[in-house]
Amino acid sequence: MKNIIVLLLLAVFAFGFTADNKVITVKGSDTMVILAQRWAEKYMESHPGITIQVTGGGSGIGIAALINGATDICDAPRPMKASEREKLKARYNTLGVEVKAAKDGLSVYLNESNSVKELTLQQIKDIYTGKFTNWKQVGGKDAKIIVYGRENSSGTYVYFKDNVLGGEDYTSTMQSLPGTAAVVNAVVKDQNAIGYGGAAYAKGIKYAAVKKDDKSPAYTPSEETIKNNTYPITRYLYMYLKVRPTGEIKDYIDWILSKEGQDIVTKVGYFPVK
Amino acid sequence: MQNKKRESKNSLSRKFRLSEFLAENTIKLVSFTSFAIIILIFVFVFREATPIFFHTEKKAVSQEFSKSESYGDESAQSSKDNYSSFSSGSEDAASFKNLTQKEWQPVSENPKYGLLPLFIGSLKATILAILFGAPLAILAAIFSALFASKRLKEIIKPAIELLASFPSVVIGFFALMTIATFFQSVFGLTYRLNAFTGGVAMAFAIIPIIYTVTEDALTAVPKYFSEASLALGATKWQTALFVIMPAATPGIFAALLLGFGRAFGETMILLMATGNAPLSSFNIFEPVRTMSATIGAEMAEVVVGDTHYTVLFFIGALLFVITFIINAIAEFYVRAKLMKRFRGE
Repeated sequence: MKNIIVLLLLAVFAFGFTADNKVITVKGSDTMVILAQRWAEKYMESHPGITIQVTGGGSGIGIAALINGATDICDAPRPMKASEREKLKARYNTLGVEVKAAKDGLSVYLNESNSVKELTLQQIKDIYTGKFTNWKQVGGKDAKIIVYGRENSSGTYVYFKDNVLGGEDYTSTMQSLPGTAAVVNAVVKDQNAIGYGGAAYAKGIKYAAVKKDDKSPAYTPSEETIKNNTYPITRYLYMYLKVRPTGEIKDYIDWILSKEGQDIVTKVGYFPVK
Repeated sequence: MQNKKRESKNSLSRKFRLSEFLAENTIKLVSFTSFAIIILIFVFVFREATPIFFHTEKKAVSQEFSKSESYGDESAQSSKDNYSSFSSGSEDAASFKNLTQKEWQPVSENPKYGLLPLFIGSLKATILAILFGAPLAILAAIFSALFASKRLKEIIKPAIELLASFPSVVIGFFALMTIATFFQSVFGLTYRLNAFTGGVAMAFAIIPIIYTVTEDALTAVPKYFSEASLALGATKWQTALFVIMPAATPGIFAALLLGFGRAFGETMILLMATGNAPLSSFNIFEPVRTMSATIGAEMAEVVVGDTHYTVLFFIGALLFVITFIINAIAEFYVRAKLMKRFRGE
């Protein structure tokens, strides 16, 4: 009995050490975790010698892991912050390498029964900073606007704040929910609600058509409008590396940017970069 | 004969028994370990929170480092690329003034770490939970301790205590999906998720605690109290309300305090059902953001060692201190008083 256990252990160790298995670790945003997982699965199918480990946790955690050297690739739906770059520089004397891996449109959700169909960026900003509190002010019925958003630990929160609110603070009345699915669910159940999140998740609600300003035409988020930048709220989904990729990691990233990799992006519900 | 008996008894108690020795010391070790763990958690939380008291000037992040090298994207250029709105020279200090203001905006160019709305939020939700839960729990305890037949009691008591083993996520989920919709349609509320919904949901979590402790206190009242009262011609109700209840008041008070402590520290139900908007109003139908939910929601993504991180630990320390004090009062002061009363001192 004992011998068998020892033998088994030896076998496990021997296998573990001799197997020519290259591991690439990917860590980061929860928004991108499904996409990263699909990429990894598909890539591992055609490249048997390579294992790709994908974990989520959030953009901040992913970038921290990149800085600490705990991951090869970090996924983030927002550009790295200056403070994060500074840390990377202090540690490795590099500013990191940025790969635009996919594109995403941030949709503004409204309840299906809402009579408001279009909003300008300025109106969205005013709603989220608390200047507008009634649907009347943006051409709807006389009802209070119930503002939903994401928790401030989310990359989407930061992106929306930087790009739609121009860095201003969200109104205190914004109810923050964990996850885009929760926001969608809340908007579905609340006639006077407004929410935001990735296009990939939304079902059973309507998207507001967004105008850059009063004069420009309104666009709803779609593959077409997001790809050609006519839809005003788009973002890139990034992958970050410490240094320029070489070897297996380079192959992997090149594959992600190839047609095959970008097809998966479309399948998951995001948009290709090219 | 008698002498012999005593001797044998003595020798029994003196004899070394390995199993007994092991059992005794294992229990001792376990209890000391849990004690040590509590102390260590205490030390850890406070250590992480201390930088708040020695706030240091943070250097502004310079703009030089604003762009990474890009890869695989040489051609595509769009106007979206310039994200130059980095904050420089922001005042990210958790001064006393910053901590006591009325706004909680930790992710901001000028982060605001006002704990007031969070504290009000926690208090509001907790008090609501007590208001809903306590009467139910206490009445149920009175019924099962003083009125119910033994058989009925054997069903009621485990059933209510089973509620305690309900995972709070499940209660939170139920509140989020069902209770919230119900209250909104009944009262026509503006906000679907609010302190009221959270409080009602949290009442489910604290009912078992209040019930169990109250029930214990009521059954601990010596039998001769009720016997004397009944002998004097009082009805069952009169005995329960005017004799047994007053005798057990400190115990019921302890039950309320324990329930309060549990509710104050509860995270998941509140995170899911209260809407998490840091408002400092006293309207119970508005969303609230509680201290515990704030930690639960924000801890995952915060930069270690950051002011935001420190403030979250400070909130944790505050929660710890508050619940610790409440539980300590319940445990030591009230229990001691109760015991004294029953001994007739």
